[in-house]
Amino acid sequence: MKKCMLGRKLGMTQIFNEDGVVIPVTVISAGPLTVIRKKTEEVDGYNAIQVGFEDIPERKVNKPLKGLFEKAKVSPKRHLKEFRLDDISAYNPGDEIKVEDMFQSGDKVDITGISKGKGFAGTTKRYGTARGPMSHGSGYHRGIGSMGAVSDPSRIFKGKKMPGHMGAERVTVQNLSVVRVDAERGLLLVKGAVPGPKGGLLIIKDSVKA
Amino acid sequence: MDIIRALEQEGMKKNLPNLKIGDYVRVNVKVKEGNRERIQAFEGTIIAMRHGGIRKTITVRRISYGVGVERVFPVHSPNVDSIEIIRRGKVRRAKLYYLRSRVGKKARVKEDINAPKD
Repeated sequence: MKKCMLGRKLGMTQIFNEDGVVIPVTVISAGPLTVIRKKTEEVDGYNAIQVGFEDIPERKVNKPLKGLFEKAKVSPKRHLKEFRLDDISAYNPGDEIKVEDMFQSGDKVDITGISKGKGFAGTTKRYGTARGPMSHGSGYHRGIGSMGAVSDPSRIFKGKKMPGHMGAERVTVQNLSVVRVDAERGLLLVKGAVPGPKGGLLIIKDSVKA
Repeated sequence: MDIIRALEQEGMKKNLPNLKIGDYVRVNVKVKEGNRERIQAFEGTIIAMRHGGIRKTITVRRISYGVGVERVFPVHSPNVDSIEIIRRGKVRRAKLYYLRSRVGKKARVKEDINAPKD
């Protein structure tokens, strides 16, 4: 991994490129991150940086965390995250990482977020199974369908699509392209949709497919 | 939300004429032929508008060689060079879809003579 960033989804809009083609974009308020701790091969067995995102008042942190922030001489942060970067030599505790340092337009990124929760959903919504006729006395509309054969195997096979909780899980969208980086406002515009509601926390990394 | 609105504001054209439903307009569109760019005009009546900031579109209808032609223009697109209002129309509805089923003299929009030009 070469690049990392945390951000909040602000919503979607569209922009025109030079050819007049409409590009649907998601606007992400990304960074700045603060380096809090550095993990090195000699001490910890691997290389990583621990970063914090978004300030919180000091009364909201407990004593163990307060110690961590004081050691790095930074204000308390809401989110802590560790990134295993290939090269961590450029980063030291207390450093600020801004979005324009990490990304530029044209980059490919993978974005991880927590998808919108859909609650307890049936199979039609959850798996896209077909529904029955809505009229003509059908009486079978969005049901679960057959459970399978009867006496042989005398059980329901594992993986049978059934109703249950849907959404509110960790989802990654790969290979999104960065359309614009707004250094002034700390914005990142990526083409396409990203998981989660507006205001949701996003983890942005360089694409594994690139 | 405000940041998104500000972003859209940056991409929007500032000097658009005050377009109204029923107006007879000339839309100058940039057409790319190979690596040459020229401007093509499309004249017609605005029969529908969709609002929404940078997503605003107008539907322009004209009768060309006896065939009804409708084009939808995203007015903030860089491909739309400019829009000129030629005549103001006097209409009483927001969507003039009834013009589609009309032919000849009936398929006209009354001119609003008293309307201000801008």
